Amino acid sequence: MSHSESPPVSSPPRDNDISLPDAPPLTGEEEGGSQSTPTNEQTNGTSTGSNINLDNLFDADSSDEEALNSSAAFATSSPPESSSSQNPPSSSLPTATAPLPGTTSAGGGAGAKYTDPQIMSQFYTRLFPFRTLFHWLNHSPKPSPSFSNREFAFTLSNDAYLRYQSYPTADLLRKDILRLIPSRFEIGPVYTANPRDRKTLRKSTAFRPLAKEVVFDIDLTDYDDIRTCCDKANICLKCWSFVTMSIKVVDAALREDFGFEHIMWVYSGRRGAHAWISDKVAREMDDEMRKALAGYLEVIKGGAQGGKRVNVKRPLHPHLVRSLALLRPYFQTVILEDQDPFESEKGAERLLSLLPDPALVAALRKKWDAAPGRSSNRKWADIDALAATGVSKTLDTKKLQEAKQDILLEYTYPRLDVEVSKKRIHLLKSPFVVHPGTGRVCVPITGNASTNPKEVESFDPLSVPTVTELLAQVDAYKSATSGADGDIMDGFVADGLSKVRKLLDWEKTDLKGYVERFDAFVKEVLRAEARGKREREEDGEGVHGVNGPDGMEF
Amino acid sequence: MIKSDIQRLDAKRRHVNERKKQFAVAVYKQQDYPHRLNFYELPPTSEISLEDFEQWAIHRLRILAEIEACSFRNKTPQETAAHIEPLLKKYLPLSANSAAAGGVIDQRLRDEREKDHYSHFILRLAFSGTEDLRRRFARVETMLFKLRYQTDDGRERRAFVESLNFDWEMVTGDEKRQLGEQLLAATPGVKKLDEENWFRVDWTLVPELVEYRTVFLRRGQAYVPMREQTSMIMTEFTNRLEKALELTSRAPRLDEDDRLSPILNHLTKNFATPDGAYNDSDAALPGAPINASNIDSLSQHFPLCMKNLHSTLRQNSHLKHFGRLQYTFFLKGIGLSLEDCLIFWRHSFKLITDDTFNKEYKYNIRHAYGDVGGDANRRGRGYSPYSCQKILTEHPPGPGEAHGCPYRHFSIDNLTSMLQATGVNERDVLKGVKEDVEKKRYHIACNRVFEWTHKGEIKKVKDDGTWEAAELDTIVHPNAYFKRSYLLRNLGKMAGDNVRTKE
Ligand SMILES: [Zn+2]
Repeated sequence: MSHSESPPVSSPPRDNDISLPDAPPLTGEEEGGSQSTPTNEQTNGTSTGSNINLDNLFDADSSDEEALNSSAAFATSSPPESSSSQNPPSSSLPTATAPLPGTTSAGGGAGAKYTDPQIMSQFYTRLFPFRTLFHWLNHSPKPSPSFSNREFAFTLSNDAYLRYQSYPTADLLRKDILRLIPSRFEIGPVYTANPRDRKTLRKSTAFRPLAKEVVFDIDLTDYDDIRTCCDKANICLKCWSFVTMSIKVVDAALREDFGFEHIMWVYSGRRGAHAWISDKVAREMDDEMRKALAGYLEVIKGGAQGGKRVNVKRPLHPHLVRSLALLRPYFQTVILEDQDPFESEKGAERLLSLLPDPALVAALRKKWDAAPGRSSNRKWADIDALAATGVSKTLDTKKLQEAKQDILLEYTYPRLDVEVSKKRIHLLKSPFVVHPGTGRVCVPITGNASTNPKEVESFDPLSVPTVTELLAQVDAYKSATSGADGDIMDGFVADGLSKVRKLLDWEKTDLKGYVERFDAFVKEVLRAEARGKREREEDGEGVHGVNGPDGMEF
Repeated sequence: MIKSDIQRLDAKRRHVNERKKQFAVAVYKQQDYPHRLNFYELPPTSEISLEDFEQWAIHRLRILAEIEACSFRNKTPQETAAHIEPLLKKYLPLSANSAAAGGVIDQRLRDEREKDHYSHFILRLAFSGTEDLRRRFARVETMLFKLRYQTDDGRERRAFVESLNFDWEMVTGDEKRQLGEQLLAATPGVKKLDEENWFRVDWTLVPELVEYRTVFLRRGQAYVPMREQTSMIMTEFTNRLEKALELTSRAPRLDEDDRLSPILNHLTKNFATPDGAYNDSDAALPGAPINASNIDSLSQHFPLCMKNLHSTLRQNSHLKHFGRLQYTFFLKGIGLSLEDCLIFWRHSFKLITDDTFNKEYKYNIRHAYGDVGGDANRRGRGYSPYSCQKILTEHPPGPGEAHGCPYRHFSIDNLTSMLQATGVNERDVLKGVKEDVEKKRYHIACNRVFEWTHKGEIKKVKDDGTWEAAELDTIVHPNAYFKRSYLLRNLGKMAGDNVRTKE
């Protein structure tokens, strides 16, 4: 499971934030690593395209100064360290001291080693996009309670689970992550108070979740009853198509029906995907609304064992009409051709059990018994063909077509793990962490599945870089660009303003495209946030509204 | 409202935006209450007396407590309405415009609406303190609003809804035709477009419709059929009230006005555990044989707390201090004279001498009756019998003490066996009591037991209409329990109507 539910807020288990029993010692490499990062942050803060545009957003805003200052302050928050960063240490240290696990492996065999603290330390130091993560969760350049009251939960390399961690700034989050070197971490809600203070609050009700991105979780294990190519943790491109079509269906509903605009789909690192909806209205949805949204999208119900799993009213709700139209081509290719689930006797029986007319079912069974190994494609075609011959006197054609629609939905409609979507307190694995089993980074699939369907369709989970590959790419870049004189040539780039800046480590790797995708998504979130803030203030409600000290009393 | 209070409200209002401010100023001059129903968007502005402030709030609280009791006991909406209607008439009447001559709002209607308006806002102040109180208050206020909404005159209700200026947009002819197919597909039970009209709202206002996919959605807007309007208005009422309560809770308390704080604190406490003020009419049982030798047989009408004191007294021939107080006041409340009370205690304390009794106990009993003590005590004729609230909240019993409320202060096992010993043995009732107690609804548990033990009589007085519903409201005072029990068990034996007339 990539998420977990918080215990009831009123009575958290006693040891939910056990202190770290064996903190990984700070090694020389790690110190070196953390020294090099402020440079990264600094250059990042002043020269990436997203930040220049971002500053423009605040043109007409009195908080302009503050926004700039705070983002500058953030970028240079560790001046003593950055002074020594002229000579960043080589990232090749882990390779030198311990061979990197399976850089070319398809992900699996070398499992345990991906959580190697040295590798993770290098990853967090050089590659993890803390700054963008901060902007995303904070929705503004200036640190706010959206970030400081946000829960982070860490899984440490010794499997200890550390909940209710929080940080005033991205820099402090980064420092603590470099100290703890978690094998992965999760993001929880923004609370009414700082999660670290929750036990000191006088009233238990003073600490409750206030806001969180609306999230969805799709996991291929939920497809094991209809997926014939792989099972359990394994995936291939064929079954990844289930995720692809799910993303398209859910994304379309979220945008067209609910009007959300900021939906990022993230690869979960092994066999699924997460959606993060970052619209302000989505973040502020209460649990009742979340439950309603999840219910609206949930069509497949019940377990894999027997029973009709799709029960939808007729006429079909417009959401289902649209979903059917999106899914129909996938049913042909992914189900009937790739998965071929009705070829087996068991699969054929399942199909027959979902058809309404006993006489038709008997005729189909007879035909299929006589032709073992008949493909799903032909069996599916047999249904209408036999029905047309009039084998059944009682056949209700409309019912049959509805049953076929239901079957199509059962085999293609998104299977959502809706529990994670229903409550603000649920935690979900952060984007860009490393999946400990595969070593793959949880990269964004797309920031907008509806306008960039290609990004969804062409996403190949098996080509997502692993942490070790990425670190090797940093090193390879270095050796390729080092001239005979040493490191003078190491990755400088013109930033378009007649300045030259040093290339960031992630820019030297296959992570580049994904980080830029994340940046672009977050930029839009911030832009919308700034626009919304301005509009609220012009409307006279931003300053004296709900949060103002002088809000109306009654 | 009270002067300083008004200024405070007014000061808060200066911060709303221009459009709202103009509106607020216009209303400030005069609230003319054009509609019977009120969404309580604007706080009251003119002054009222301290007496009205308190009295109106108490009256409203009484209604809310009854509504809550009905819901705790799973009464149907119809049963609740039947139960509450007469109480509303008595404590918080609210007439339709059509009730006035020519439909012109007269002084009576204005007064009723003013009381409704003020009492609502006073209770907001009292119940904004904790999340639990806010939630309960919003819930029962919504139930009250719904009760009234459903009985409102159709035309007046439409006018009221229009006056709310909700962000609801009617779906016009063109859009309706354009989206016709989707609207029909998404709205169960509607076959033709001209059978229904739709309005557009933010989808978050209709979560249930969204969850069950029974509404058309487009870009965050839900297309809601007109027939859902009532439930939407209720949701809107609750949402707005919850938000407003949240704001009230964050505002500084009314410390500046010493006169209001005690009243508000009292109201707050009263909602937590309803307070039944004792009045002399609770004692008046003319002709009833209430004397020292009769207490044993009268104890069948006692609530569990007093039964417990009585049986403990019989068992030990003694009661400790707080037990003596609680029981003496109660006995005084049922109409036992001072003389009989002295006899009763003297006989009950079998193990002590007359001398000890006279020296250590007699004075306190006389004091309780106002026979001795300072002028104030005598003028007030001593102490009032304890209400359930007092018994529930003050002086929890220690080891060897028998006062307090068994529903609250006994373990569930002890409570169950005591109930069984008094004849309450139906499993459903005991289960209900257990649930009530777990939810800390002690007085509901006690009323549940009362209703079960008197179910035959209650049905009779309801069926033949001899008792008004207001006379069967929730019991929140041990003496009310006794009196009602006694009357129900002696139907027809008492000297006619005048016996149970409360006024
Ligand atoms: Zn596969």
